[in-house]
Amino acid sequence: MNPSAPILQLQDIRKHFGGLTAIENFSLEVFPGEIVALVGDNGAGKSTLVKIISGVHPPSSGTITIEGKPVTMSNATMGRAHGIEVVYQDLALADQQTVYMNMFLGREPLNRIGLLDRRRMIAETEKLVKELDVRIPSAHATIRDLSGGQRQGVAIARATHWASKLILLDEPTAALGVAETARVETIVQSLKQRNVGILIISHSLDQVFKLSDRICVLRRGKQIGVRETRKTDKNEIIAMITGLQQQ
Amino acid sequence: MTSANTGTEMGSFASRFNLQQYVVYLGFLAIFLFFAFMLRDSGFLTVRNLSNIVLQTAPVTIMAIGLVFVMSAGEIDLSIGSIVAVSALAAAVTIASYGMAAGIVAGLGAGILIGLINGALVAYVRLPSFLVTLATMGLFAGVSRSMTDLRSISVTNEAFTGFFGSGSLLGVPSLIWWTVIAITIGHLVYRETRFGAHVLATGDNARAASVSGISVPKIRLAVLTISGGLAGLAGLLYAGRLQAAKYTLGETDLMTVIAAVIVGGTLLNGGKGSIVGALVGSLMMGMLNNGLILMGLSVSDQMIVRGLIILTAVAVSLRDKSR
Ligand SMILES: Nc1ncnc2c1ncn2[C@@H]1O[C@H](COP(=O)(O)OP(=O)(O)OP(=O)(O)O)[C@@H](O)[C@H]1O
Ligand SMILES: [Mg+2]
Repeated sequence: MNPSAPILQLQDIRKHFGGLTAIENFSLEVFPGEIVALVGDNGAGKSTLVKIISGVHPPSSGTITIEGKPVTMSNATMGRAHGIEVVYQDLALADQQTVYMNMFLGREPLNRIGLLDRRRMIAETEKLVKELDVRIPSAHATIRDLSGGQRQGVAIARATHWASKLILLDEPTAALGVAETARVETIVQSLKQRNVGILIISHSLDQVFKLSDRICVLRRGKQIGVRETRKTDKNEIIAMITGLQQQ
Repeated sequence: MTSANTGTEMGSFASRFNLQQYVVYLGFLAIFLFFAFMLRDSGFLTVRNLSNIVLQTAPVTIMAIGLVFVMSAGEIDLSIGSIVAVSALAAAVTIASYGMAAGIVAGLGAGILIGLINGALVAYVRLPSFLVTLATMGLFAGVSRSMTDLRSISVTNEAFTGFFGSGSLLGVPSLIWWTVIAITIGHLVYRETRFGAHVLATGDNARAASVSGISVPKIRLAVLTISGGLAGLAGLLYAGRLQAAKYTLGETDLMTVIAAVIVGGTLLNGGKGSIVGALVGSLMMGMLNNGLILMGLSVSDQMIVRGLIILTAVAVSLRDKSR
């Protein structure tokens, strides 16, 4: 397979909610092993775009291409079938269940007699948690007993476990303290080695510049531009986000 | 790796140990010892009395299994008492003219059908289960009264009364068989199947369940249907044991069942529960009934004592949740 072929291609994506145009004419490519940051003010349409890519909201028009094949999706299950995983802003974890049950929520493996294969779930969870260096007490721990950073780690580990092509992270550190933010950033950076595409939404430009390879700016549903991170600076990105010229 | 495994086991033990998990067993033991001491001369400890307690609680235990599923999914079923009466009457009337098999189908069918109605209204019309089952509780209490003009219908089919009530197999009374089988299957389905895991996830965080590919409406429909079917089975057990059916059957069971389930460690708001705990809770309620009667308490005093114990149980259950 050609390593430089994009894993995800969006072409002329539009999304209307009734009379409201949430996204117009959006086009973007994400390559394997690449981190693309999506930035823009509140209400710019970032979460809507994530929902379009994950299949929750089908676009009003435009095409989504995954590894060269155009796809149509009408719900999140179909997005997952295409190897796309989302870390939602609210994490979507079942708080009173164990880490390993959350890891396999909706996709629990069964043993030969058709019952839950807990041993396998626990083993795979422990392996992944170790690989990603997510510091949780154990695979048996209940989610509500974990800290915010640990929960975020579990949600990211789950997405990592299942994503074969693309991981979408919607403001993964918005609710975290300094130390926990740093840990999550380390984990996100380590995901690059898995050769999946990563699209991360963040309001922190420091974080965006630390993590991303490219930055895509959205303003009121319009795509303002895409920049290579090392060839731009914060002033340019802020100008693009706000629509005001700096200096 | 060995040390890591030990750490895991320790961690799981520590995280699983909390008061609420064990309160039902401690409570059961405390009440048992209390009655064993207080009623040592009144026949509480006789084999006959103790096995009677188990036989009498069989229908409540069966209903409690259904309610564990319902409450774990974050719903409630208030209609189970009314379903018991409708199912028992449907079975009794049908047996008289068409025999045992038809009676079983009619009794279970009535329960499953009412459960399906509850479930469809909750899952697809998206009405709160509290209101739906409050309404069907009243509705089917009326139906059971009008079915036979408040008359009691006797059940004389001996195969039926043996199978569901007074019979025994290998020296074990059939009501105990029903209890053991229902608890075993219920526990397996609840703890060891994908369905059980999805019920818990739905009650815990319905949105998370839904974005994980779980069909939340189907789970809601399923748990209320299971509850209806099990209440139907409880109706058959009452009809079999009492050799008659009447609209009053199950009338006062709702509070006992809810208490048994909550005392047994199932959370009101869903996401966590225990089938075995519900069994112990149910036996505890039965023992309490029996002991209070043997102690000579009046019916009103029994109600007060039971109410206080349920209050304590709910308090412990909620205390754990806000931990
Ligand atoms: N389901 C919906 N129905 C109608 N309008 C919607 C819907 N979802 C989003 N919108 C609208 O689309 C626009 C973009 O919203 P979106 O949530 O994508 O913004 P965002 O960039 O993620 O903002 P934030 O940074 O605050 O999370 C907003 O005007 C919002 O009101
Ligand atoms: Mg958003």
